[in-house]
Amino acid sequence: MAKKTRSEPHRVAVEGEVTIYRAAELKQHLLGELAAHPELEFDLSLVQEIDGSGLQLLILLKQEAARLKRSVKFCGHSQAVLDVLDLCDLGGYFGDPVVIPSPNSAR
Amino acid sequence: MNLDDALKTFVIESRELLEQMEDALLHIEQAPDDPDTINAIFRAAHTIKGSAGLFGLDHIVRFTHAAESVLDRVRAGEVAVDGDLAALFLQVCDLLNTLIDGVSEGAEPDADTEAQAQRLIGQLNVYTQGEAGIPDHTAPAPAEARRDGPEPTLAEADHWHLSLRFGSDVFRNGMDPLSFIRYLNRLGRIAHIVTLTDALPVAAEMDPETCYLGFEIGFESGATKAEIESVFEFVAEDSVLHILPPRSKISDYIELIRSLPEQEMQLGEILVRCGTLTDKELQAGLDRQAHGDRHPPPPIGEVLIEQTVVHPPVVEAALEKQQKVKEQKRQEASFIRVDAQKLDKLINLVGELIISSAATNLIAERVNMDGLSEATSTMTRLVEEVRDSVLSLRMVQIGATFGRFQRVVHDVSKELGKDIRLEISGEETELDKTVVEKIGDPLTHLVRNSMDHGIEPADIRLARGKPAYGTLQLNAYHDAGNIVIEVSDDGGGLNRDKILAKALERGLIETNQVLSDREIYALIFEPGFSTADQVSNLSGRGVGMDVVRRNIQSLRGTVDVDSEPGVGTTIRIRLPLTLAIIDGFMVGVAGSSYVLPLDTVVECIELTASDRAMAGDGTYLNLRGEVLPYLRLRDFFDVHHSDIQRENVVVVQYAGRKAGLVVDDLLGEFQTVIKPLGKVFSLIKGIGGFTILGNGEVALILDVARLMQQVTSREDGRDAVRH
Repeated sequence: MAKKTRSEPHRVAVEGEVTIYRAAELKQHLLGELAAHPELEFDLSLVQEIDGSGLQLLILLKQEAARLKRSVKFCGHSQAVLDVLDLCDLGGYFGDPVVIPSPNSAR
Repeated sequence: MNLDDALKTFVIESRELLEQMEDALLHIEQAPDDPDTINAIFRAAHTIKGSAGLFGLDHIVRFTHAAESVLDRVRAGEVAVDGDLAALFLQVCDLLNTLIDGVSEGAEPDADTEAQAQRLIGQLNVYTQGEAGIPDHTAPAPAEARRDGPEPTLAEADHWHLSLRFGSDVFRNGMDPLSFIRYLNRLGRIAHIVTLTDALPVAAEMDPETCYLGFEIGFESGATKAEIESVFEFVAEDSVLHILPPRSKISDYIELIRSLPEQEMQLGEILVRCGTLTDKELQAGLDRQAHGDRHPPPPIGEVLIEQTVVHPPVVEAALEKQQKVKEQKRQEASFIRVDAQKLDKLINLVGELIISSAATNLIAERVNMDGLSEATSTMTRLVEEVRDSVLSLRMVQIGATFGRFQRVVHDVSKELGKDIRLEISGEETELDKTVVEKIGDPLTHLVRNSMDHGIEPADIRLARGKPAYGTLQLNAYHDAGNIVIEVSDDGGGLNRDKILAKALERGLIETNQVLSDREIYALIFEPGFSTADQVSNLSGRGVGMDVVRRNIQSLRGTVDVDSEPGVGTTIRIRLPLTLAIIDGFMVGVAGSSYVLPLDTVVECIELTASDRAMAGDGTYLNLRGEVLPYLRLRDFFDVHHSDIQRENVVVVQYAGRKAGLVVDDLLGEFQTVIKPLGKVFSLIKGIGGFTILGNGEVALILDVARLMQQVTSREDGRDAVRH
């Protein structure tokens, strides 16, 4: 899990499998980031797999941010994430701009 | 024809299922509430639809779907089975048969079939649309309600509404709710989905391994409720699932809204967002609930019950599925399908084996070697056993054939407006499969004939002191190596005088001809003979009784009639059990060998000189005080031989009559492979075929039925004279 700081929102990359196997670890880690930075941006471009528990975590982050009046954004949605958001029709809920990859490009 | 194996299997299975469905449908009229029967019908339709879907046979899927939807409601107890519905489903059954036939021929359904399918779908839909009207009789008819609009009782949306609250342990049990939703896409299309996150607690209390997700889904699909439920089979136990079919009552939706943990208004909006309800419908429903007219808001307890009520069908569906898999496994284990041609080949080979083992026997006897004759006798025994078990492979019970007549009787009695019941007995009687296949048509004709001409209209029956309903009996039993099939009715019996008059008119007999009753009754099998005063739809079908007799004779069988005026008629068909191999009894006449079917032989006696002397005209002998007509085969076949010291009488029995056949030598039992005679010999009376003996010689097989006719017609003629 790489972390790199930029000027404004604090950017955290979420990688690999966001599934039940890592749910506990991820919850702690991601909420920790949320607590530490008032403005956050999660980069989802390297998420290879996401399941219901992962989705639930993303929702939790969004909900928690609203409660704490902090800003959380998701960006660079990978295909796996897009699929799940599409399946559950949650694109509007997160409200993040999503880049729809053209079928020809690699990502 | 270009059918791959799978499609062939589909056709065979579908036909079997349709047969089962038909049986169940006929049964259901007697026991309309039997859940097993209803389930059987449903399963048949369901399986056919499923398999047809696999092959992309959309027209069958579409049609079966309409039928299945009705059945689903029958199963749920929302629609009652009555005579009309059963009749409708019998038509459905027929059409499916036509469609399946089309599939097996690789043909598209023609316009006629299509039109009929459309018509039936229309009729079926009447039952599915009655949804609101049936449970609530005070409500206006659904169609009107929908048109008038101010207070709709049915939702207009034509998709399912699924309300899913996954159990908290779903993740821990290794399942992902999202995969179930993905799977739904295979059954249909998710029109709208709303993900519910209300159950998610604040971060500190949230257990990342607990599932908090819920979904409201508008789902477009042709699947059945059971199919949709089965998607969630694995999570059904600890999740809360509500599945509402398309166009459910609005009050059902309202109830759903009340039964779910989320806020009422929010859920209502979700339903609207899912396209399941329109704003108007929701408002109307909620208002009605609030005002308490007709539907007081259900107490919380009822809601809870409602929630638990959701489970049994799911569990039941799961159990049923398991049961079905098990049943199938068991059946697969105990049956294999074999190509009939392979079986025929095996029987032919066994036939050859019998002939060659007879040859071996003969040589063994000649050589007279101790070990050899012992070995050949063991072999003969084994060959006999092999023969029996091979032949038994071809034997099937006649029950299935009889069972088909339930339908025939049902249809014909409707057509004729007579109340006729069918009684079946002896259905476990076995006979050769080829015989079974060929007996269907003649039997159908006889049954129709008995119903049409035999059984009188109800008023005449009552006047004669009989019950108003007629009874038709089908019976089968084994008798002396033959199978006897009886078609009897309790109708008016044959009119002897009418038959005579008709036969005279047609020039079938001469005015001065004297005939016994039996011969007169047999006249109905002459070509162009019909005594019905009015030609009905049934008797004009182009198959006459003469064709029936010809068909039966081509199976080496006979048919005769017993009738008693006012009491009824019995038509008796006798057929050989098998067409291939028989146990024979060999006799010698004038140096040649002849074979009689062993089953027909009763006993053998010597024709003594005193017998010869006593029987004045040489046609009767005294068998322990019994008058036994006999036939001298030497005379019959017109063969002569240098004079013989001794003559023997083989007493044979056929169709309840005994006769003696006078032969020269008795040569003993002999396993006989029947070879058919060529067409050239078809006119020779009394010969049924030939066989090859162990020494390579040919022996003719005697057709006892024909010989017997020869003897008894002589006798009947005499009877008639005496009258």
